[in-house]
Amino acid sequence: MAAAQHFSMRGNETIGAGLCAAFGVLFLIIAGLTDHSGYAFHMVVMALASGLGFYAIVNRAAQGETRHEPLEINGRPNYNDGPVRFATIAAMFWGIAGFTVGLLIALQLAFPALNFDLPWTNFGRLRPLHTSAVIFAFGGNVLLGTSFYVVQRTCQARLAGVLSPWFVVLGYNLFIVVAGTGYLLGITQGKEYAEPEWYADLFLTVVWVVYLLVFLATIWRRKEPHIYVANWFYLGFIVTIAVLHLGNNATIPISLTSPKSYILWSGIQDAMFQWWYGHNAVGFFLTAGFLAIMYYFIPKRAERPVYSYRLSIIHFWALIFLYIWAGPHHLHYTALPDWAQTLGMTFSIMLWMPSWGGMINGLMTLSGAWDKLRTDPVLRMMVVSVAFYGMSTFEGPLMSIKAVNSLSHYTDWTIGHVHSGALGWVGYVSFGAIYCLVPWLWKRERLYSNRLVEWHFWISTIGIVFYISAMWVSGIMQGLMWRAYTSLGFLEYSFVETVAAMHPYYVIRAFGGGLFLLGSLLMAYNLWMTVRAVAPRAEDVPANLQHVPAE
Amino acid sequence: MSTSPQAQTGKPSLWARHKIFETNSILLILGILIVVSIGGLVEIAPLFYLRSTIEKVEGMRPYTPLELAGRAIYVREGCYNCHSQMIRPLRDEIERYGHFSLAAESMYDKPFQWGSKRTGPDLARVGGKYSDAWQLQHLNAPRSLVPQSIMPGYPFLATTELDVNRIAQEMRVNRMSGVPYTDEMIANAVTDLRAQVDPDHPQADAFQKRYPKAASRDFDGNPQRITEADAMIAYLQMLGTLVDFKKYDNKANLR
Repeated sequence: MAAAQHFSMRGNETIGAGLCAAFGVLFLIIAGLTDHSGYAFHMVVMALASGLGFYAIVNRAAQGETRHEPLEINGRPNYNDGPVRFATIAAMFWGIAGFTVGLLIALQLAFPALNFDLPWTNFGRLRPLHTSAVIFAFGGNVLLGTSFYVVQRTCQARLAGVLSPWFVVLGYNLFIVVAGTGYLLGITQGKEYAEPEWYADLFLTVVWVVYLLVFLATIWRRKEPHIYVANWFYLGFIVTIAVLHLGNNATIPISLTSPKSYILWSGIQDAMFQWWYGHNAVGFFLTAGFLAIMYYFIPKRAERPVYSYRLSIIHFWALIFLYIWAGPHHLHYTALPDWAQTLGMTFSIMLWMPSWGGMINGLMTLSGAWDKLRTDPVLRMMVVSVAFYGMSTFEGPLMSIKAVNSLSHYTDWTIGHVHSGALGWVGYVSFGAIYCLVPWLWKRERLYSNRLVEWHFWISTIGIVFYISAMWVSGIMQGLMWRAYTSLGFLEYSFVETVAAMHPYYVIRAFGGGLFLLGSLLMAYNLWMTVRAVAPRAEDVPANLQHVPAE
Repeated sequence: MSTSPQAQTGKPSLWARHKIFETNSILLILGILIVVSIGGLVEIAPLFYLRSTIEKVEGMRPYTPLELAGRAIYVREGCYNCHSQMIRPLRDEIERYGHFSLAAESMYDKPFQWGSKRTGPDLARVGGKYSDAWQLQHLNAPRSLVPQSIMPGYPFLATTELDVNRIAQEMRVNRMSGVPYTDEMIANAVTDLRAQVDPDHPQADAFQKRYPKAASRDFDGNPQRITEADAMIAYLQMLGTLVDFKKYDNKANLR
């Protein structure tokens, strides 16, 4: 092997290329057999992706031994940041795409003519596109990118695997493309936040297992005996999402040549599975995963240790234990038995404690470094994200109380609550992490402009305030209008009157969303210019020792 | 890493014991799996055998082939994003929409369509509230009937031929996971679908026997072809109509 400069393939490369070829052919055969045009399109896309995978592996193998990167250089880990860079760019791309679709559907609710009465552009198909694009495409790429970055740094080891990390990030984004285009073509399971059909789900399962293995195998290379706290949260996120995904997507396809499937569960059991999944997609995808980001990037950026190690232990176990129970609060006053609703409510209220424990742990990490909030807008963004986390994890338990929920459920209040968490917490902690990552990954001295970060911060914060206040008002107002009675004992408002009353708030909400999108465009420009125009770091400080100066 | 005072005196504290998870990734994963399994098991498993969640209520029957096809279109267009199908036992909802929804009423729903948001009204009992012509016009151009509505128009449903090729296979897959379709129902799937839009169909009586009280008529006002609007309206018109609440015994499943 050592002398080989000519074409040589190792075992795993042969297997990878073989699988690409075999699945590529299978996808083409299915594309030829099916009478569903959208499904045929997906099979062709997946066949093309397999073909590209095959080509990339063989082409790489043709470079012979030069293709192998050492694990260490001069006794320092030789980090593999290619997949992290890819995921970072993908996150920014999908973020802007998802925010744009969000703005469009917000405008559709204010101005229904924007639905254009076409299948591909109606709200019912675009809304899952928005939710999946922001949660799974934007959030997912942030999680993939940061987890691969953090696990290498905290374990002082190069990412395990050669082809597999690339398979994870590329495969995950292929899943996103298939899922998103599927909604527009009318391919959906009809389960909120779990809309992709069986073949996309199966493919994601494979990607996810490889993701877990890459992450674990990197942990096994660690020099430190202890696994850093951020990695517990990443592991909790990866493992639990796998369990949830399998439980909520247990479907039987109609046939290999049809995109459609039927779920094993029905009615009430399906409802409970759905919200066990749905709420824990929040708990483990949008919370545990992003808490891992908090536990790495805030201490790193503030140059302070995590406030309390013991608090992080309690935070971790209490959070993951309690979260799983909270699902039934999405089903208050439904046909779900009362005991299950009560359990869901009780655990949701208890969940407030670990949530705030985590918030305190994140905020207090700034002890002795609060002055940096004045000078470092990136750190400020992350700290404000933790504050939003605290706010929405207070609002959540409040809304899970049955009496409150009887008013808030089915209204825009829920939408406002979700967005204070999604825009404020997930959005800002992701933006903060990406602002940190881009100069680190592209080895730049600093960001192109801190002023632009300031603008991004203020524009989008104002946007969030407009968004969530509009939704509070419209949600509570509509809930009250639905239950309003006249003095004669009749319902006071017809349903459509309550819809008409929402109009101004829908306009304000779209305006707030537009500001948030504008902020993300400033961010993309700033990052682009950071890579294009900022000087490379003067001395190539080893990655494990580097700091980005807070200006 | 913090070590507690007890750890130095020889007896490891709880904090020190946690080291086993921090230093062993497999134990950490097992710990996570156990901790996250408990809540789900306690809340989900009983729903498969408790009487209140698997009650049988008179009148419930599986969807007819046409209704099943209509339901698939309802799911495909994402109607659940704006319409719930779950009436809560609250005074205003019962007055606005009708009797609160029973668990049994969605027992054949794969997936369930209870929804989470009412941008539009609840549809659990919309069946029979409006005429077929109203439903068709409303799907084609909602604001022509309800000027303040913000619903998208779906005029393409009435112009798209319904794809009936796989309906028997869809019923077979439903049966695999518990919907009691008989061999006869599956064998006659396409015939039944055609019979439901044509009351003069030679198999109309056989269809009625297989699906008691199913509405049978040309739903989209266009007898020449079976469109997606036929299926959609057939589905909408049967929603919430199966259980007769004059006969429903709400004590039957108490214990």
